Amino acid sequence: MSNIDLSINFAGIKAPNPFWLASAPPTNTGYQIMKAFEAGWGGAVWKTLGVPVQNVSSRYGSINYRDTRMAGLNNIELITDRPLADNLREIEEVKKYFPNHAVIASLMVESKKEWFQIVKDVENAGADGIELNFGCPHGMCERGMGSAVGQEPEVLNTIVQWVMEAATVPVITKLTPNISDITDPALAAVRGGTSALSLINTIKSIVGIDLDTYAPYPVVDGKGTNGGYCGPAVKPIALHMLKELAGHPEIRNTPISGIGGIETWRDVVEFILLGATSVQVCTAVMHYGFGIVREMEAGLRQFMSDKGYSTIYDFAGKAVPNVVEWKNLNLHYKVVASINADKCIGCQLCHIACDDGAHQAIALPTNGSRVPEIIDENCVGCNLCSLVCPVEECITMERRDDGSQTESWAERTMAGKVPEHFNDPRGGGVGHFVPEPSAALQYKRKDRSGRK
Amino acid sequence: MAEYKRPETPQEYQRNFPPKKPLMNTSEAYYESARCLYCYDAPCMDACPTHIDIPLFIKQINTGNVKGAAATIYDSNWLGNACGKVCPTEQLCEGSCVYTEQDMKPLQIGRLQNFATEAVMQAKTNLFKPGPDNGRRVAIVGAGPAGIACACELRVLGYSVEIFEAKALPTGLTVYGTAPYKITNEEALRENEYLQQQLGYTVHYNHPIQNAAQFAELEKQFDAVFLGLGLGATAQLNIPGEELPGVVGAVEFVEELRMKQHAFQVPERVVVIGGGNTAVDAASESARMGAQSVHLVYRRTKADMGAYDFEYATALAAGVQGVFEASPLRIEGENKASGVTFSRPDGSEFHLPADLVIKGTGQAKQGALLAHLPNISTDAKGRVVVDAAHQTTRPGYFAAGDMVNGGAEVVNAAYEGKLAAQGIHQWIQNKNT
Repeated sequence: MSNIDLSINFAGIKAPNPFWLASAPPTNTGYQIMKAFEAGWGGAVWKTLGVPVQNVSSRYGSINYRDTRMAGLNNIELITDRPLADNLREIEEVKKYFPNHAVIASLMVESKKEWFQIVKDVENAGADGIELNFGCPHGMCERGMGSAVGQEPEVLNTIVQWVMEAATVPVITKLTPNISDITDPALAAVRGGTSALSLINTIKSIVGIDLDTYAPYPVVDGKGTNGGYCGPAVKPIALHMLKELAGHPEIRNTPISGIGGIETWRDVVEFILLGATSVQVCTAVMHYGFGIVREMEAGLRQFMSDKGYSTIYDFAGKAVPNVVEWKNLNLHYKVVASINADKCIGCQLCHIACDDGAHQAIALPTNGSRVPEIIDENCVGCNLCSLVCPVEECITMERRDDGSQTESWAERTMAGKVPEHFNDPRGGGVGHFVPEPSAALQYKRKDRSGRK
Repeated sequence: MAEYKRPETPQEYQRNFPPKKPLMNTSEAYYESARCLYCYDAPCMDACPTHIDIPLFIKQINTGNVKGAAATIYDSNWLGNACGKVCPTEQLCEGSCVYTEQDMKPLQIGRLQNFATEAVMQAKTNLFKPGPDNGRRVAIVGAGPAGIACACELRVLGYSVEIFEAKALPTGLTVYGTAPYKITNEEALRENEYLQQQLGYTVHYNHPIQNAAQFAELEKQFDAVFLGLGLGATAQLNIPGEELPGVVGAVEFVEELRMKQHAFQVPERVVVIGGGNTAVDAASESARMGAQSVHLVYRRTKADMGAYDFEYATALAAGVQGVFEASPLRIEGENKASGVTFSRPDGSEFHLPADLVIKGTGQAKQGALLAHLPNISTDAKGRVVVDAAHQTTRPGYFAAGDMVNGGAEVVNAAYEGKLAAQGIHQWIQNKNT
């Protein structure tokens, strides 16, 4: 693994590795950032500097899924509430100790004058880059900043232009996911001249309700407000938006820093495969501390070694061409579930998931065992059983077509071969088995008291 | 060298009998319950003789509805707390947990069951209420698990219930016959108290029903009689020396131990004859009470033992020595037992010195008592014959538990007692239409 070089040059911002801390509570102080660099992080986006704010007490709420704490995290904390001068002094100090690490200043102000001033301030302090916080979906947006800007492409474009006019260091525009088409603000930023993009900021959310006080979490004196949602739960949304940018002809040449639920090396690799060339992490650090980077780095190195890559640029974006529109998928590809009876523990979750939740293609055994049986002709290859199966490699999806035929909906449309009515044999569901509705009546809910 | 020092204080007694299934704390219950797969048609439910909806109550614990979890448990089993503690879960629910199919640790169902039921008992949560009074009365003979379950169920159905118990305490073998590391006396009694407070059945203690006149009186006063008397005293070995002091039955031994606790004196050398769970329990307990040597002698092979493997393993861990394929010939001693002579299958004999000989040879049936009740048929093994509704061959008399099943677990008695209550209800309703 000695020939692996994790260093990056992200739109001109150099860092020893792609692991950056996102602008958030872990980057509130020089102390935290220096501790993170010591732990192995390659860069940090300073907690957003800008206008004076007042924070509330009780700021985070989380989604616990079964025994998993913080599968999702929601926060209502604002930008830094520390004096600008203190932050600038600490930026300068961090850069003195870590000249080769990336220190990026996240900024959020209102007027052109303010933007000009703060850009100069952080450049003077030695920041390697600037990130524009156009994402924060709580508090700051009510004052016309954060996501209020990210949701207005024209305003965003104007501010990016102001900053590009003032800045001499690279500028990253951070986007909010709270918008119907992420390419709108991304295009506005690119057209405004931004050096790079980063996404996603947090998702506007209510994380839960206290069942005694009827207030949303986090509760502030009996009330709550919408927060910004992040953590492992948001990764799929982030990946999708990343792909939207990385696959867009006008955006894809702009470097993208990936953010959203990154916790493990697998997450890191996925973000890079979809076009990110640096990643930013917050929730995983808030949960496990800076030491979490050890697993990310070790895993990334192992992956690169296994695949024979020397730098992340060797595989960045490699998954992008494989994300296509539905209409371009091969309609002849056919997989069918297969249960390995030696591994099956008989929980029968595959049966009930398929029978109640999918396509009635898994029968209960009739031979006295508890190993369910796949009904091949009913199986549509949806994967559900293999997803619910609790045993590693017990249910696999076996390919049944010989791979000789490929035909997509788009090709069929071009060839005039799409079904024209519901009984058209060229349609999908024609002749597919479904049980009679009345067959459901045999399943009576059992009363376990035995009284009824 | 004995593993255990003779306990002299209640604290030492407790130390020698640490709970086998200690109460979970909230975090442990949360993480353990999260492991449940919520299997379809879960095998644990089938393995439970009372068919508790186990995946449901475990999910309820995980979602913070502990009260609901307890309600789910009691819905199926009136002795949900006792069963969580004393059930051979390794053989029942936990033994059938699908995780075991891949050699993974099963869910700790018994301990989760305790967690939920303990929570409602400690909070004195009201979960049950008696049905509207239907004016009918049922007498229950025996306040063991079958009797209590029958009483609870009948109260829910609107019957007045009076239980006649020969002993001073309720719950039968739960308090008198279970190994102390499974359930303490206080724990056993508390569940009955919890049920009785909410459902309001009467228990007459020290009130044996033992002659024809008493049964006649019950028939006069009550619409139906439920028999849940369990089994009798330890059966005879029919060998010389059996009547010597220093020879006791295993059931009687455990009862005395449970009642006297640290004040119970177990002598230095103990020989236990038998291979069932009660024999193994008695051996295990002798060792934990500080006996220097404890031999468990069984006439057949280890594989033939009636005791569960894990019970035997517990006994071995406590310092018990197993001796197999040896039949007792005679118990020696002048005024008191001093040893037992056994014979090997090859005809050879050997002698084991003993200060105490415990006969774990099973309990006798209730033949003498049943003689007072003509028309109650028993089968060849002396078990009371009942129909699906748990009615005996004597109309109006219902029975359940050990006297019907020949000796099973608390959970079996609890289930059958409940079924018998439903049988009584059906019978009384039919009689009146």
